[in-house]
Amino acid sequence: MARAYLPVLLLLGFVIANAVMILGISHLTVRQRPSAVKQTPYESGIAPLGDARDRFSVKFYMVAMLFIIFDIETVFMLPWGVLYRDLSCAVPLVNDLCPAGQASFFGLGEMLVFMAILVIGFVYVWKKGALQWD
Amino acid sequence: MMPLPAPALLAGAIDPQLPMHDFWPFTLTTIVKLAIVFSVYMVGVALLTYAERKISAWIQDRHGPMEVGPWGLLQVAADGVKNFMKEETYPAAANKTLFILAPMLAFIPALLTWAVIPFASPLPTPWGLMSMAVADLPVGFLFTLAISSLGVYGIVLAGWASNNKYALLGGLRSSAQMISYEIAMGMSTVAVLLLAGNVNLNTIILQQATMGWNVLLLSVAFLLFFVATYAETNRLPFDLPEAESELIAGYHTEYSAMKFSLFPISEYANMVTASALTSVLFFGGWDIPFTTWDNLPPWTVTKTLLTLGFFAMKVIFFLFTFMWIRWTLPRFRYDQLMSLGWKVMLPVALAYVVVVAGAVLALDMAHVARGTKAFSGALLLLNLACVAGLVVWMDRGRVVSPAASRLRGGELNRLRAVAGRSRLARVGLER
Repeated sequence: MARAYLPVLLLLGFVIANAVMILGISHLTVRQRPSAVKQTPYESGIAPLGDARDRFSVKFYMVAMLFIIFDIETVFMLPWGVLYRDLSCAVPLVNDLCPAGQASFFGLGEMLVFMAILVIGFVYVWKKGALQWD
Repeated sequence: MMPLPAPALLAGAIDPQLPMHDFWPFTLTTIVKLAIVFSVYMVGVALLTYAERKISAWIQDRHGPMEVGPWGLLQVAADGVKNFMKEETYPAAANKTLFILAPMLAFIPALLTWAVIPFASPLPTPWGLMSMAVADLPVGFLFTLAISSLGVYGIVLAGWASNNKYALLGGLRSSAQMISYEIAMGMSTVAVLLLAGNVNLNTIILQQATMGWNVLLLSVAFLLFFVATYAETNRLPFDLPEAESELIAGYHTEYSAMKFSLFPISEYANMVTASALTSVLFFGGWDIPFTTWDNLPPWTVTKTLLTLGFFAMKVIFFLFTFMWIRWTLPRFRYDQLMSLGWKVMLPVALAYVVVVAGAVLALDMAHVARGTKAFSGALLLLNLACVAGLVVWMDRGRVVSPAASRLRGGELNRLRAVAGRSRLARVGLER
């Protein structure tokens, strides 16, 4: 039902309008008096040395890459969680109950296979020291 | 919280009151709801800053703001006016477009995420039944998960665009922290889905009214989710992105006036949303404990008001917990933060999903119907065992076992030798 998403669009417009309005009012109420000292990066009163956009630790990149792997795993698990009871019953549920003798290991088994593959990767990443932050 | 009888649950599915069908009543009531909830959020956020200062003062045995208005109540308004009247500074080396865009990118997702959260039972109107969520989406809380993870862009861009070393470090830390804990957060909600079988938040509330609150049935998932919300909202003990003793003010060091204010506003708005989501997923949302009449049609105005009151109480309790923890616990070290997220919460969340899935399958095999005492009792016992195991493992002998048991043999003997010289110390060790 596409109409259910209309409120989200309305809210999005409302929130964007508010954000622009808040910043606009703040900008227009006061005269800006910029000066060279005001515009230097604040480093607790010490004149900054060099540019801020220097190299930074490779760990941050590693975390981002690992995040993608495990977040996609979560994305796979969400629909599995919703359909779990249907997957673990060989026939459709009757009165929200699986008929006697029809429960199946299919849903759990599939997830265990999926997780086993992931856990191998997780253990490898752990042993490689990618999760070690020193 | 008391389990509903199974026929009552089935009756709950067949609702004599129809939802709103006409376009204009739907749109207009949506705009009214939206304006009211948005105002409540903005005023609530302002009052939360006051509450935070008063609660911190109370915890540290001092007065807090007292000058502006009675008990300092107008401090909030004074702060607001002050922030509007401040001069805006732009660092010369900053990327000006992104510098202005970043606070808006933090603000917009923070105030979008609450759209799907139902805050009371449905309200009957002349045009049909009105859902008490601004947008009662079929995708439910997946919307909140999706939009809330967009908030990281605002923070990272603020740090990068400022061209300040401390701001950049704050932005990087924040992005790594938020994405690390997002995994544990997403996985802990999978356990909720295993029981509810739906992502719609009203369905999850009905499930909890039927079986008992998820905090009892899925305690470990609650603990993981609770910790993850603190990391996602950058609150202590996870406030490393703005650790003032290391990073001045972190990603918003260079910001002033209302551009600065939008960051705290989004942080507090995220706190409210996190509290509301915790209440809905694990504490029954607008469900009134120990009663069933509030979960069943016919829906009335009284029910809506009462459930709204209970929901507000739950949310306020969690907001208080946010502040209570902030002024009680010290900040993590960054390596501790990352290893908690990756080496503790992720494996625990994975294992817990398997445990719950196994338990649900076993109960289905034993032909135990949902909503019965046997079903809830079995899950409750399982979770008590899981929580006890988790506490013992996480504790590693700090609280549960005495301090002397952590010492290795050699250390203990050396201490005994020292103690031999002092009667007082000997008594202390032998006890």
